[in-house]
Amino acid sequence: MVPTDLRYTKDHEWVRVDGDEATIGITDYAATQLGDIVFVELPEAGKSLEQFGTFGVVESVKAVSDLFAPLSGEVVEANGALAGQPELINGDPYGAGWMLRVRVADSGQLEELLEPAAYDALTAEG
Amino acid sequence: MVGTSEPALVHSPLEEVHLGLGARLIEFGGWLMPVQYTSILEEHRAVRQRAGLFDLSHMGELFVEGAEAGAGLAGALVSNPPSLVVGRAQYSMICAPDGGVIDDLIVYRLAEERFLVVANASNAQVVSDELAERLGGSKAVLDDRSLATSLVAIQGPASAGILGPHTDVDIGGLRYYGIAEGQVAGIPALIARTGYTGEDGFEVFVESSRAEALWHALADAGREVAIPCGLGARDTLRLEVGMPLYGNELDRSTNPYEAGLGRVVKHDKPTGFVGKAALERVYRDGPAKRLIGLVMRGRGIARHGHPVWAGDRRTGMVTSGTHSPTLGTPIAMAYVAPADAEPGTILAVEIRDARVEAEVVPLPFYRRPD
Repeated sequence: MVPTDLRYTKDHEWVRVDGDEATIGITDYAATQLGDIVFVELPEAGKSLEQFGTFGVVESVKAVSDLFAPLSGEVVEANGALAGQPELINGDPYGAGWMLRVRVADSGQLEELLEPAAYDALTAEG
Repeated sequence: MVGTSEPALVHSPLEEVHLGLGARLIEFGGWLMPVQYTSILEEHRAVRQRAGLFDLSHMGELFVEGAEAGAGLAGALVSNPPSLVVGRAQYSMICAPDGGVIDDLIVYRLAEERFLVVANASNAQVVSDELAERLGGSKAVLDDRSLATSLVAIQGPASAGILGPHTDVDIGGLRYYGIAEGQVAGIPALIARTGYTGEDGFEVFVESSRAEALWHALADAGREVAIPCGLGARDTLRLEVGMPLYGNELDRSTNPYEAGLGRVVKHDKPTGFVGKAALERVYRDGPAKRLIGLVMRGRGIARHGHPVWAGDRRTGMVTSGTHSPTLGTPIAMAYVAPADAEPGTILAVEIRDARVEAEVVPLPFYRRPD
């Protein structure tokens, strides 16, 4: 069961909303599918995100995977620790492996995302 | 013909073992094989530091025997198998008349008139067909035993200590690129001190019906020290030591000189061989492109297919690239124009929208300490 305080995309990103800011990352399911993560490419502070648009890339030893924004907004901060320790995503995908903090443009967009139970159902089929 | 379909995937005799170990299986060379069991990085490190077990049942095993076996192979391949002493092996290639590489191979001399040619899984049938044609009309007999033979490799500094007590072959006396016939855990086997990892290690050939027994014997002998390793780690290991992968560094559009493997082509052997004239021309004129090693200096992982730039000039393409677990940086191999191939040259790899700086380095990227 995935964390119940988060919302999810069908491409396996999660978002935690806190007032007008949100934190974004990828799920444990995604990290496991990828295997050892060795590289992450994230946007800098000030960059705009569009809901469901790509915002970067995560790479495992063998695969390159696009990252899709759960919400529109402006990047406040990218997790600098991931440059030297991309494996934080595998070890703690909902905590130390967080990817972006963004200023949310429209929290109504949360309705487009999956509730925890719906995300669990999605990944159970896989 | 109506309704042709792809041939079904071939299953390894060890598939149940892999599934029981939680392996992720992928299609490779027409076979269903494990890409990883736990983690590619963990499996890679195990081979560098201790030992790993690999199921290589997908490789092709072609026996060539008879009065003209050596001469026949000398005409069919670019190397000179008759120069091998019994119990020794050589790296080789089978080329097309235009010098393009059909496959890279290891040839083992088992007896005066008995050779074993090991081919890549994806090319096993093509190599078998080509050899049959090239040896046709001679007294050499080709026996393709690919499906009847299984290959399990144990690779890493701890390999000799794991295998030694369980075989009648004198492992201490078996040199690198040597092969001996004997048994492992009572199972009749060919044991070769060859591999695709850059570490000490052994490749053990047995009848497919004994594959499971061999795997369990080696896994048991190596418990606590060796772990099962898949194709993912096999690829990162060989790339670190600059070994080519057919389909990436080698294919019909490349010749041995471009790949830096001209030493394998023996123009001075007594027989002619397929591709000789074309390869003589390349040797004389120099190759049109050269295979180089690249270490990324900017942020990004170069991958197969990424363009390579020398300033504003497109100079080539990445053939293989990954994050190197041993070096801790991304590494790649690429073909570039000969003028850009000098170690120290700064080039750029086009990764998505960016051109990321990379430095040409000599191969291999890693050499085992000793």
